[in-house]
Formats: sequence, C-alpha cells, structure tokens
Amino acid sequence: MGGSSIRAVDGITLTIERGEFVALLGQSGSGKSTLLNLLAGLDRPTSGSVQVAGRDLAGMSSEELARYRRNDVGMVFQSFHLIPAMTITENVELPMRFAEVERSERAQRVRESLERVGLGKRLEHRPSELSGGEQQRVSLARALANRPSLLLADEPTGNLDSRTGEDILNLIRDVSLSLGMTVVMVTHERALAERFAQRLIFLGDGKLISQEALA
Amino acid sequence: MKGYDLFELAVRNLRQSKLRNGLTTVGISVGVASLVAMLSLGVGLQQLATRRLAGSGMFDTVFVTSKQDFRGFDREQDQKDQHPENAPVLDEAARDKMAHLKYVTEVEPEIRVMGEIMYGGQTHFGFVTGLPMSARENEAFDNLQGKFFSRSDADEVILLNDFAKELDPANPKALIGQPVTLRYGEHQPLAADSDTSGRLSGEQSDGGSPNAGDSYGFSVVRKTQQLKVMGIIDEEPYGGMRTVSRGRIFLPVDLTAKLNMAEFSDMRSSLRGHGRTYMTLTVRVKDPAKVAQVQDAIKQMGFRTFSVLDATKSLRRFFTVLDLFLGIFGSLALAVATLAIINTLVMAVLERRREIGVMKAIGASDGDVKRLFFAEAGAMGFFGGVLGIVLGFAIGKAINIGTGIYLHNHQLPAEAVWIMPPWLIGAAIAFSIVVSLLAGLYPASRAARLDPVQTLKYE
Repeated sequence: MGGSSIRAVDGITLTIERGEFVALLGQSGSGKSTLLNLLAGLDRPTSGSVQVAGRDLAGMSSEELARYRRNDVGMVFQSFHLIPAMTITENVELPMRFAEVERSERAQRVRESLERVGLGKRLEHRPSELSGGEQQRVSLARALANRPSLLLADEPTGNLDSRTGEDILNLIRDVSLSLGMTVVMVTHERALAERFAQRLIFLGDGKLISQEALA
Repeated sequence: MKGYDLFELAVRNLRQSKLRNGLTTVGISVGVASLVAMLSLGVGLQQLATRRLAGSGMFDTVFVTSKQDFRGFDREQDQKDQHPENAPVLDEAARDKMAHLKYVTEVEPEIRVMGEIMYGGQTHFGFVTGLPMSARENEAFDNLQGKFFSRSDADEVILLNDFAKELDPANPKALIGQPVTLRYGEHQPLAADSDTSGRLSGEQSDGGSPNAGDSYGFSVVRKTQQLKVMGIIDEEPYGGMRTVSRGRIFLPVDLTAKLNMAEFSDMRSSLRGHGRTYMTLTVRVKDPAKVAQVQDAIKQMGFRTFSVLDATKSLRRFFTVLDLFLGIFGSLALAVATLAIINTLVMAVLERRREIGVMKAIGASDGDVKRLFFAEAGAMGFFGGVLGIVLGFAIGKAINIGTGIYLHNHQLPAEAVWIMPPWLIGAAIAFSIVVSLLAGLYPASRAARLDPVQTLKYE
C-alpha cells in the first residue's frame, strides 16, 4: 500500500536446528509473522534465501511450495482457522486430501493425530461446538496429519486463557519431542515462551535484535 | 488432489449454500431446457417433413421432362440451355433407353387427358390419369375405399372422392362395383400418312425444319369405354408433382395406352413435326440412395429432371438455418444462466476467502483451488443439464399434447412435432457442463490467485 515499500523482514540471518523449539518475540509489526510466513512458504523473500533441509524456498515454484507446505510443514493459528462446515474428523482429514493420502489409510491417521492431541470424543461435531482449547487441539491434530518435520505456530495461545494456553504449549512440546519435530512459534507472551522454548529470538522493525538460548 | 476428493469437496461446498447454488442450477436447467426444447422442435419438424415426403412415395422417383417443353422445375438448369428446340424429345426410344439404365425398375409415362364419365344419365367432366401398379404403395391409397386395379390393363377405374360425390352426392360409396361409361378422345392417325404418325413410333424429328408438304397430324375421334368402379381415394397420388390440372379419374396405365387416348402433348408434337412424345416420364429407382446417380445419367441424356432429392436438398438447407435460429434462440437463456454461474462463484470466492487461504496454508496448490471451483461449476452444469433435460422433456410433451389437441380439433391426424433424439440428451448435458466450466474460468482463477497471507491476516 502507498508509494513506498516497507521491509517487513530485513537482513535477518538465522539458523534453526532440527528438533529445536524456537520462539519469535516482538511487538506487532516487528516482522515475526512475516518471518513465519517465509518459513511456511506462503510468502517469498524479495531477496535472500530461506533454506529448509537443504532446499531454498525462494527458488521454488508455487506448485513446489504447495507440495512443501503439505508434506513438510504443519501450521497452527491464533484463531484456529478450522473449516466451520466440516466436522472435526473432516478438518483433520483435509490436508490428507491435498497430499493424496490413500483413503484406506486416512481414518487410521486421523485417529492417530487426534489421540496425540488428546481428543477422542465428539469427533463428528463441528468446530463451533467445541471450546477454544479443543479447537486448537483439532488445529494441531490437523497440522500433524501429514507428519511434518516443521511445525509453525502463529500466536497459538492468543485466543486462549492462560491455563488452556499452557496445556496447548505442553502438548506442542510433547509432540515435538516425541516426533523430533522442529517448532517455530510466534508469540508476544515472553513468560510462556521462556517456559517452553529452547531459544528466544527478538525482532523489532523487521530486524533481528537479539537471541537468548535457554537451558 | 484426487478426483473423488475434488468431487466430494465440490458437492459439499455446493450444499453449503443450498438456496443460492440451487437457484443457479435451476437457472442453468431452464437454459438447457429451452435449448433442448428448441432443437428438439427443429428435429421434430424436420422428421415430420421427411416423413411426409417419404409417405408421398417419391423418394425413389425421378420425373423427366424434355427441355423442349414448358420451363419447369429448375431455372438454373434452364438458363444453361441455349437452344431448347434442339433438345432431345421424350419419345419411346428415350423411354426405352431410360428403362435400361442401371437401378431403374420402371419408366411410366404420365398420361393426363380430358374425359367424361357418364353415370345415372348425367355426364361429368374430369381429367383422366393413368396409374402404374406400383402406385398402390403411395400414401394416397392408405385410405382407399374399395380395391385397387386387378390388372394393369383391366377395364377398371378408381375415382377421386370429390368426383365420386359429384356422381352420387347421396352415397358416393355406393359407386364401388358399379359400371360407368368413360367418354374420351381417341388418337387416330390420318389416313394420308398413317405410316408416320403411329403411336410413339420413335421417329426422329427433321431437326426443326420441316419440309414443305409434310403433313404430321392426327384425328381425335370420340369413343366410349365401359369401366367398373373399383375404389375411391381422397387424394391424387403424386399430387404434389403434377404439372397440369388435378386428375380425378384414374385408370390402369396400360389401359390408357391401349385406349390410345389423345393427349395435349400430341398437338404440340404434331406442330413440331415429330412423332408422339410423352409430356413427363416417371422413372422409378430400385433404391432411393441411387436416385442421384440415375438422375445424373438422365441429365446426361439431355433431359430435365426433378426428384424429391432436389426438394430435400433445399429442405435440408432450410432446416439447417431453422436449427441454427432455434439454437441461438434457445441459447439465450443459457447465456443468462452462465452469468448466474459467474456471479454465484464470484460470491463464493469472496465468502470463502479465509477458507481458501487455510486450504493453501495446509497444502492446497493454486491448481487444487482452481480445480475445486471448476468442479463446483461443472457439478452445477451437470445437475443443471440433467434437470434441464427433464424440464425440456416436459415442455416437449406439452408441445406435442398441445399440437395434438389442435390437430384433433381440425380433424387432422396427430403428429409428433417434437422429438428428442438420444444424442441430444448427451450433447445437452455435455454442453451444459462445458458452458459452466467456461463460466467458472474467471472465478476459479480469481480464487487460485488469492494470497493466503492476506486472507489469513485479518481476524
């Protein structure tokens, strides 16, 4: 918008290890969501590169990026972004449709994902009939459906009370540990980030301000 | 994304807003129905016309006239002929030659002379026509009262219903089996040159410059002949193709030849100084498919020809134009329905911006999104097409019932003017799907172009 372009993310050099749980912190407009979208392959950098497992996302076609998102990335959003017209089961099944997972295999994998997030009941209900915490669990189960190696969470606790938020982050940490999955989480709640992440990365005005490794 | 997933998601999405998509689908079906109704009407009318022509029994027939005679059926053909007086005449030799052409089964002259029937002390004037035995197959004999000729030279007569009413207004049917007397003019050669004016001697003309003193001519002598009325028919066989006035008295063709009746053409033949010729020859072909070939062969001989083939040719051209117009007319509703599809899908794209963004975020490619909207458009097209066929069928039935009642009220036999051929069912559904897909082109690409980052940003 407007005449001049704004650099949402500018000159950030960052390496995240496999299996690491990283929190991106910063004020709104600091560029943390843009950085997350770059990692998700939803956005493309105007210059520079984004290397994931040795592949440069910046050089991929939109078809390749879609394949990358469906096979290697799972996403969790602040407002869950479940499809309201679909049941819980169908929501979790949806990414498998895009990934062309065999039909016979899907029911098993849906159940597996939902069990992992602790949901076993009300699977034929619509998202609106569930509590916020349950919806975020469904969202996480959907993110896990295609067994990604990278989980990207955009303010996953933003719409939840602190108790439920903690539950969800516990869940994310457990899942990442048991599956060896890398987690990049955007948040502005420093206290929560300190409890769950292994490393905090602070952004401001699109630039990397500081990093803090936690024990 | 696999086909069944695509289909499942598309149907699920369509069911999300049942009313809107339902109305759009009904819109398509109205479009398809009007197109189908129009084209079926075209097909029905064409088949009706063809059926009528086939019933006239003339699909296997070529009518032959000499170019020397009156200008007739084909002006283009006439303009090429510079010297009609040099054209060959329809004499016995020509008839014989035609009879020996391949695929020709019979060559009958058209005989039409003035005559009078005397019955019950009254005299009734009418044109006498000779009919070959093959005329039995003509549709004019479909409602024959009484019987057909027993032999090709029997002393028998069949009367036109109008004429029979003239003879016996109270009970024309009672004439069947009754004897009547025919009065006619016999063609008799002049005593002086009886050698040159025998009937249809096949003698050639002197090339249009008769020598002084030649005396072609003949006498017309009044004769009578007893005939037995065999039957009564309502219409004259081959009526549409007759060139002079309506025949009302029908004799077996060989009887007319035997009676040696004086014909109109005799006078002209006599003036031109060649022997007796025929006015028209009716050539019957074994197989309607060979009519064109036989017609060409006769044209090669220098005669003017006419067949129903010529009529169907222009008829076919007419129906092509008619179908085109009906098709354009019928397509209008479908064009409007196309706009409805575009509108519905554009609305759906706007409404489902977030959903499209989510699908992309969890792995849907641009192509998947595009195909999903295509599938929705195609599904609406398919259901609209099927519904349209049903609707069109109902409209057609209504048209048929309507015309049936109209024809019945006018004492005419019922005719199906509306026929839906099976190919039209498949073609209409396919067309409906294709049109819907074209309509989906813009909304689908718009959906595919949506930026997921933008759509997911605003809560």
